[in-house]
Amino acid sequence: MEAVFLALVLMLSIFLGFELISKVPATLHTPLMSGANAISGITIVGALIAAGDGSDPLATYLGAAAVMFAAINVVGGYLVTNRMLSMFKKKDSDQPGGQA
Amino acid sequence: MSIELINLWYVAAAALFIFGLKQLGSPATAVRGNTLSAMGMFIAIAVTLLNKNILPWEWIIGATLIGGSIGAVVAQKVEMTSMPEMVALFNGSGGVASLMVGWAALYNIDNSTFTNITILLSIIIGGMTFSGSILAWGKLSEVMTSAAVVFGAQRIVNAGILIGMVACAVLFCLEPSVSSPYLYAVIGLALLFGIMAVLPIGGADMPVVISLLNSYSGLAACAAGFAINNNILIVAGSMVGAAGIILTNIMCKAMNRSLANVLFSGFGAAKQATRVEGEVKPITADDAFLILEAAQSVSFVPGYGMAVAQAQHVVRELGELLEKNGAEVSYAIHPVAGRMPGHMNVLLAEANVPYDQLVEMEDINPRIDNVDVAVVIGANDVVNPAARNDENSPIYGMPIINVDQARTVFVLKRSMASGFSGVDNPLFFGDNTRMLFGDAKQSIASVVAEFKGT
Repeated sequence: MEAVFLALVLMLSIFLGFELISKVPATLHTPLMSGANAISGITIVGALIAAGDGSDPLATYLGAAAVMFAAINVVGGYLVTNRMLSMFKKKDSDQPGGQA
Repeated sequence: MSIELINLWYVAAAALFIFGLKQLGSPATAVRGNTLSAMGMFIAIAVTLLNKNILPWEWIIGATLIGGSIGAVVAQKVEMTSMPEMVALFNGSGGVASLMVGWAALYNIDNSTFTNITILLSIIIGGMTFSGSILAWGKLSEVMTSAAVVFGAQRIVNAGILIGMVACAVLFCLEPSVSSPYLYAVIGLALLFGIMAVLPIGGADMPVVISLLNSYSGLAACAAGFAINNNILIVAGSMVGAAGIILTNIMCKAMNRSLANVLFSGFGAAKQATRVEGEVKPITADDAFLILEAAQSVSFVPGYGMAVAQAQHVVRELGELLEKNGAEVSYAIHPVAGRMPGHMNVLLAEANVPYDQLVEMEDINPRIDNVDVAVVIGANDVVNPAARNDENSPIYGMPIINVDQARTVFVLKRSMASGFSGVDNPLFFGDNTRMLFGDAKQSIASVVAEFKGT
């Protein structure tokens, strides 16, 4: 039953994902990808849980390595996306840091 | 915190991811969207830390500090031109994280067969994503040849790897154990398959590959979510998966090719286009200035060459001077210009070009005959009229920006070599085409100097 429920979650979020992302304009496709990199860092949650009870040291090492790689994605992904998105300016708006 | 309460917080995190993606629908709200998404991630991680059965604290803190610092440094230092390489590496680290989560989940003793299958899926997809992304990074950063590597029995070898991988996976599920030799075989074959899948794909097709690997990194997270029964991994992973698939699809359409064709054909080794011959009409920066000064509407068409020459800043400067001179200025961007989706847009945004001047192919083409001067900077295939006219051309049928129908076309080009895909371009011999040879950045800079001199 659990598997069926998760499959339902999967199906709904895929449809929702398609709806949302097909509305992202071409201009923002690179930030969309780096933002997706950041979201795929959600594996960090899996890494924290998967190593679980710590009965086997090897599982702990694997979990810790996974946390490290996923943390690269989370921190790097959000920061670089923010950096890129801050560059997109509308015409005639204030351009802090830009040349006059 | 009880499992129910944690799951409730996961729902809140998922809602924030969804709102975040929704706000990415417009450049005006996108920064806020990214912040919302980051808040969702923060909540998901924070409530997980309140769970009792997690990794020991010292490991969590150490690993997060190391990974977080690497990520922060990369995010601050990376050049906008190198964004494709960075995204490729991030895809890879997402993939290897999922591989390890799956592997670690095998240490739970009472896994059902269904769980074992999802664990193997997360290991296989994660492994492929990792090795494929590293290879894609190698091609993008030109550590290795960016050309398609094709050899005779490639498909048979790949099919063999795939069958071997599935066979080992089945054997593993029959007798699951962390010390099973089949586990190591599956991991090894998945890594090998990732490499073999990216090898036959050439540099110009990289936008498709990065998008696809982006999608895989999400699907790997999704599979890991099934492996450990966690709904936030499934929701977030499938969003990323959907994003990657949509971008892959847009890229394929923009090249008028099927995904299968991109993945397996080893593009460029295909048929020979009708040879085009003719005389090119070179032009000097002085003449270019005179024509531009008289122009009412100017459209810049950038390609990867602009990124290589780092010409985006001088291009913006020229654009501003032309506007002051009374011309209407736009930047027409083909979906596959550059080495990843939206690459040119980010470069121009970095150079302070307002995003309302960035127009898509579908918007510029209907009014291209009203454009006085189209300035092609380091683009080739995406403006090649052979794609429209020459049935023998390897890129025939690919939608292009019809710059040849503008009143005048300037092509900025280093020399008369053909473009990335090695296809001749009849645009260079057109009656209304003028070639401005030399480094794109220097050529534009001398035109800018002329403008400032008057």
